[in-house]
Amino acid sequence: MSSSRSVASESCEHVSHDALPHDNRWWINRYVFSTDHKVIGVQFLLTTFVMLVVGGLLALAIRWQLAFPNSQMPWVSNALFAEHGGQVSPEFYTMLFTMHGTVMIFLVIIPILAGAFGNFLIPLMIGAPDMAFPKLNMMSYWFMWPAITCFGLSFLYEGGPAAGWTSYPLLAALYDSAPGSGFAQTLWLLGVTFVGISSMMGSINYMTTIINMRAPGMTLFRMPLTIWSMFITAVLQAFALPVLTAAGLMLLADRELGTCFFVPAGVVVNNADPTVGGGQTLLWQHLFWFYSHPAVYIMLLPAMGMVSDMLACMCRKPIFGYRPMIYSMSAIAGLGFIVWGHHMFISGMNPALGMTFMVATIMIALPSAIKVFNWIGTIWGGQLEFNTVTLNTVAFVSMFIVGGLSGIFMAAVPVDIYIHDTYFIVAHFHYVLFGATLFGVFGAIHFWYPKMFGRMMNETLGKVHFVLTFIGMNGTFFPMHMLGIAGMPRRYANPYLHEYLEHLLPLNQFMTYAAILMGLAQLVLFVNFFGSLVFGKKAGRNPWNSNGLEWQAPSPPPHGNFDAPPLVYRGPYEYSNPENPAADFWPQNDSAPRRDS
Amino acid sequence: MKRVWWLLFFLIWPVLALVISVLAPTWNWGFPGNGRADSPLGEDIDHLFYVILILVTIVFIGTQVGLLYVLYSASGRKADRPAWYTHGNHRLEAIWTIIPGAILLFLAFYQMRVWANFRIESAFPEAARQHVVAEVTARQFEWRIRYPAPGKKLEKTPRLDDMYDVNIIHVPAGTPVTIQLRTQDVQHSFFLPSLRIKQDALPGHVIPVWFEVSQPGEYPLVCAELCGWGHYKMAGKVIAHAPEDYEALLQRKHIEQMDDGYREE
Repeated sequence: MSSSRSVASESCEHVSHDALPHDNRWWINRYVFSTDHKVIGVQFLLTTFVMLVVGGLLALAIRWQLAFPNSQMPWVSNALFAEHGGQVSPEFYTMLFTMHGTVMIFLVIIPILAGAFGNFLIPLMIGAPDMAFPKLNMMSYWFMWPAITCFGLSFLYEGGPAAGWTSYPLLAALYDSAPGSGFAQTLWLLGVTFVGISSMMGSINYMTTIINMRAPGMTLFRMPLTIWSMFITAVLQAFALPVLTAAGLMLLADRELGTCFFVPAGVVVNNADPTVGGGQTLLWQHLFWFYSHPAVYIMLLPAMGMVSDMLACMCRKPIFGYRPMIYSMSAIAGLGFIVWGHHMFISGMNPALGMTFMVATIMIALPSAIKVFNWIGTIWGGQLEFNTVTLNTVAFVSMFIVGGLSGIFMAAVPVDIYIHDTYFIVAHFHYVLFGATLFGVFGAIHFWYPKMFGRMMNETLGKVHFVLTFIGMNGTFFPMHMLGIAGMPRRYANPYLHEYLEHLLPLNQFMTYAAILMGLAQLVLFVNFFGSLVFGKKAGRNPWNSNGLEWQAPSPPPHGNFDAPPLVYRGPYEYSNPENPAADFWPQNDSAPRRDS
Repeated sequence: MKRVWWLLFFLIWPVLALVISVLAPTWNWGFPGNGRADSPLGEDIDHLFYVILILVTIVFIGTQVGLLYVLYSASGRKADRPAWYTHGNHRLEAIWTIIPGAILLFLAFYQMRVWANFRIESAFPEAARQHVVAEVTARQFEWRIRYPAPGKKLEKTPRLDDMYDVNIIHVPAGTPVTIQLRTQDVQHSFFLPSLRIKQDALPGHVIPVWFEVSQPGEYPLVCAELCGWGHYKMAGKVIAHAPEDYEALLQRKHIEQMDDGYREE
């Protein structure tokens, strides 16, 4: 490790030359076009908040249609859907779920984890003054905006993109295949390309920063699990994303240049001329899921890392099984590359592949289980207080258990024959993405808020938000398991046309009420978040008595982060160490035990 | 809020989830119809579902109880008693890696037979291979069915004496039958919920799907792969007849279709 230490210190010097505090710049360069990782992180955070509201409203519109099919929405109906008599038309419904998925995945979850928290935390937690490539970092944020613009325009365009967030060809490849496969689909693909570029720049930056810019003494196995998770995520992105980008460009070429990568011969869509063909629709599914399955872990691993750090701090106890945690995250990432086929069990691919993909997929439950056991082990014998951070992280663990266990049903191919593309899968990924990831994010917002803005968030509001969100979330998503088992397919504008689904209407109405509650609960979060900017209690450097290097910098940290470049003497989880009897924490850069306070 | 309330909070939700799951079938939130699959393969699938459900329920209860217990003990720890300083335990890690690993491997291999039976052609029932009843072509937004004339085999290309139906597939009950699944335009998915059968229709491919309906009756057919704005209304049905009724029906259909109105006095 000595060599990496010297590299780290060299690159520190090199960069600090560029990133020394010079706060006399024009405010536009300090707060808008900033190269400071903290500002970029906060920009990502605020952008994803806006997108969270957009995606949430889209979800509520979906829920409205499922609870009160073809009836007028209060207040907004006549303004939005005048030409359809105030109803959500089936075409519009397909746009709704397409955009809900797109916004939530590409503009909320991935950017809030990697963009907001990755940016804010990586340099602070490894003791670096900034990212390795600050300008690239800024570009990564600003490339979100062409993406948002493309997605937004595509939604406003007649017909919208309507092939689902997965955009399977032929629906997405042929202009004639649906009202939603017109130019909007092209815009949508451009949007995905821009998000991809943004993520790619972030990913390269994170890897370089974590490898090269660690403070002296911050060896790989002294890194907090947040950093490990961000690193693994960055590797996943770097290797998986090019495939999606290439596939997206191929689909664009199919649509606009008349190539036929994904279009077989002789397909007649909507009485148009038969296609020339030569391609394979399955190719898109393979390429798409080769990225999008690892992307599922991109949407989860950083939350796992942050939850581990928060839990250790809240329990005043070292992480149980630090190395097993790292190995299991790596195993999840590694296995994540060879399980994409489980999205395609009934797609018509070679059925023998179904078996190999099943074994790999079921085995991915193992590292996930190890992580759950270690989180429980971390709380075991700890000293814990139920504050907002604890509650959200415990909810993360509890919800992740549900999301992980429901995954086994779909991993088992024969059972998947039945529940594939039903609401069961919708329940599963919402438990993982909302139940786990978003609760992790809510916890992280409360935990790192004092570092971001120098003030604490309000505890009471935080708890109110937690309780309402938790109830609303379970009320919305738990019954989806039942809908799936009852055979209700997803993406149905009106399932009750089918006799065998009619009786599910009351259950769907209940879920919609729960979803409205969950939506309203987020107002509490926003009130708390923005209110605390002004009214929050001032936070010191280290309000949680945490060990991480980020807590040694001032709150909020100035440009360049640290008063002096920190030296690291130990791992990040030395809570309640008997060798350090004076305090139940022992910051990573503390050179000697504290004998007395 | 006091600690007790939070512990109750984290206790109530798993209990509620369990109670609702147990009661769900009585409220008709379980499998469609009376809860039993209407095909032998469907019964196998349901069996595997329940095996996983039981395992998962045990793990769910175990982990939630464990979580609740550590929350209870950690939140009740006296302020003057420092937290337990430990970095983990190798033996525990080994135990909770090997045991779940073995269970998961067993689970994976336990699924293989049913999957092979459903999808791998050499494992299809012999009767299914012999008995190709129809070609089902999906298009936006309907199912078109082509049957061979009575007594003949289904050919790849349409024949003059083939018979047609839209959205209704007639099959004999009590015997495995195969349909050739195609699509004329985008992807669709052939989903028979009460038989637990699902298979995507892939442009440019003909995919054999076999199923066996246990009892005569009508069974819903829906589309399970997004195929455009009318995806939700792509409804059809499979009508299963007793074998002799089925033969008679085919004869009748054939006569109806071939009838040119000319009658000899």
